[in-house]
Amino acid sequence: MTPITIKSRPVYPGLSPDLNARINLIVCDKGGAAAVSELFARAEPPFAKRSTVFVADTLSTSEMETLKKELAPAACEFLPTLSSGIGRLREVLNDAPMGLRLYAAGTEPLIGSVVQAAADYGIDHLSIRTEHRGSLMRRVQCVHCKGFIENVTTNPVTCTHCGLTLFVRDHYSRRLAAFQGVCIDAEIPGDVPPTEAIYQ
Amino acid sequence: MALIFKDETFRDDFTYTNSPATIRRFPFPFIEDQYRYSVNIEPHTPGPKGSVLEFPFDIDEHYVSEMRDRAMVLQDDPGRCQALPHMMTAQWDMLELVMVALARDYPDHFTLHRDGAHWHWINKPLKIDQKFVFGEVNSLPYEPMEYIGRQVQGDFSIQDQRDNQLWMDAGIITSQADWSLDFDVGMNFFEWHAPVPLAHEAGVFERALKFLLNLQIGKPVRRLNWTMTINPRLDTSPENYPKWGTDRTTVTPENVGKKVHLRVEMQGLFRLPRSNAILFSIRGYLMSLEQIVTVPKWGRRLPRVLKSLPQELVDYKGLSRYRQTAIDWLEKYDDGAPTTPGNGPD
Repeated sequence: MTPITIKSRPVYPGLSPDLNARINLIVCDKGGAAAVSELFARAEPPFAKRSTVFVADTLSTSEMETLKKELAPAACEFLPTLSSGIGRLREVLNDAPMGLRLYAAGTEPLIGSVVQAAADYGIDHLSIRTEHRGSLMRRVQCVHCKGFIENVTTNPVTCTHCGLTLFVRDHYSRRLAAFQGVCIDAEIPGDVPPTEAIYQ
Repeated sequence: MALIFKDETFRDDFTYTNSPATIRRFPFPFIEDQYRYSVNIEPHTPGPKGSVLEFPFDIDEHYVSEMRDRAMVLQDDPGRCQALPHMMTAQWDMLELVMVALARDYPDHFTLHRDGAHWHWINKPLKIDQKFVFGEVNSLPYEPMEYIGRQVQGDFSIQDQRDNQLWMDAGIITSQADWSLDFDVGMNFFEWHAPVPLAHEAGVFERALKFLLNLQIGKPVRRLNWTMTINPRLDTSPENYPKWGTDRTTVTPENVGKKVHLRVEMQGLFRLPRSNAILFSIRGYLMSLEQIVTVPKWGRRLPRVLKSLPQELVDYKGLSRYRQTAIDWLEKYDDGAPTTPGNGPD
């Protein structure tokens, strides 16, 4: 579980099956796939039959084969990156019928990207069932140059766009799917605390 | 009475200062000798003549220069003004509310003629003469919120109301006390207040939200908020923190009276008639410690209040580096005499 700190920090209650949904669309990464397989184990088999899983992660052929078996009878699609997974999600949501339930399981950047994309299709963030698994890495927006820094595991972190050293706040924007990074040594330039790998 | 507008700056050489009459009308935010968190909302009814509460939108001697500073901020960073697409009706609501109020309250400076949807707006201090069609975005040089927001003092955000929540879905924010509209736009009431310490636990935001959801048309409310700013700088945004953060290390016992400013926000909340959104005005006032102590009651009270602040608030408001220097300097003006209740000068 990710710790609850401030009110803009999302809460991920864990996956639970919507037995009334006609279609279940589940987006996950490799770590999140374990949560999906546990979800299927908890629900009756017809639930998995009504489900499609997009695994958006870089996987070997054998990993794909294993996952396919593990997640059966759900239909599995493998997308090599998070951004290709979100692209595929958007295609499906474009033609989505009534009765579709969306789920996301994995790292925060994955869940955040699903929630962000879904908002464009009028899907309320609270209606998406989410579970955090795997790394605590964050997506961070530099408040100064507005650039996004992906897969941040340390605090502070250097902005890959403008080079400022940023303190990573817990303040989170769903619209941007990112935490806020603010210059840590703006008052005394160069006065930077040691880097801690706290989002491993 | 016609106002005389000063030509002054809020950056670089910082020539901003208050005239003696403006000092007397400063909305000193402390009603007692210690600071206490509270919802402190009251009806936004007209106050005494000449006070900052006389009219719903206060225009003062800094108007023209503040609008010039806003234009510079927007030029450098257009993201300081944003509106989500569903907020257009609320934008027109805001334009109407502000234009009608300014034309009614400051007839020497602003004029509004309305013939159905055909409006004619004249802003003499800024030399603007604009005919437009109410409801037609293309008849104005900017979207309505930005158009009128460039002509009225104070920052503005517009809150959409749905699902028993308020959503900050639009705003023009160029003189903020260290929060980012670009980051916060689209957030709900609890989310955009998330970084504020102590108040969530005290239930302040739950009570405030419940109150605001029931805000009625024609019955605006207001509250005061405050912080401190080094130099009379309007743009203390997080975006530009690397440009103003170093100011906080420049305060010395010699310059503290001139450099440290109390920054007071008169916040007004207005229900908008067509959109059912809420307009939030954040009208800022800046005054140096040196000018504050010209009012003996304020000189006595301010050091007492600063000493009573909880550490979390000191950190959150960014006062840590210079609070003690400010207290030491201010204490010369505190003779220990009791102060009268209320915030006004004696």
